[in-house]
Amino acid sequence: MPVLQSQVENKLRERLDPIFLKVEDFSDGCGFKYNIFIVSKQFEGQSLLQRQRLVNEILKEEMNDIHALTQKCVTPEQWEKMVAENPDLAKQDQVQKPSDSTKKCEFHQH
Amino acid sequence: FSSAVDVKQRIEQMVKSKDIVVFMKGNAQQPMCGFSKAVVDILNMHGAKFESYNVLADEDLRSGIKEYSNWPTIPQVFFKGEFIGGCDILLEMHRSGELVDELKKIGIKS
Repeated sequence: MPVLQSQVENKLRERLDPIFLKVEDFSDGCGFKYNIFIVSKQFEGQSLLQRQRLVNEILKEEMNDIHALTQKCVTPEQWEKMVAENPDLAKQDQVQKPSDSTKKCEFHQH
Repeated sequence: FSSAVDVKQRIEQMVKSKDIVVFMKGNAQQPMCGFSKAVVDILNMHGAKFESYNVLADEDLRSGIKEYSNWPTIPQVFFKGEFIGGCDILLEMHRSGELVDELKKIGIKS
């Protein structure tokens, strides 16, 4: 079953209280492939592996259906540095609309 | 026929078979997924030799490795039998320079 982008966003917001969140569906709206960019205080003092484990745990149910997921999990401090170097980052919409959902979805076996 | 215990033992031997072990889709010469290819490219870039196992050729391994490492996706990278992470983590370590230090720790000069 396709995973809704809003469902992914809501769960992450609820559990990680992010100061910036961007969830992109790169499966043409099918809900099978996501890029996640998340900035949360809760990542402080955690290794990359621990941060991603946390996200995986939150999306445990969804992961059964999601075929591909990329994660960028950063702390507010890292985020400030990133924005200082590239102010455009923070200008991007926090919630990206799924790309054209009228496009025909291809079903891949991953 | 193979029980869950057999698979776990097999995986344990695999992750300890070399300093760097990668579980991936396809093989190092012919990766079958962009994420797996990225991991191979990064390790090659650092001149790091590794053993790879193709999960597409072995359904027991494909499900077993996810359980073994408590990590839901492929590829998976192990250094000295210890789970390091997937593609995003290796890429981030490569970008930050952390990978050079980690490789040095296991005796590989990149």
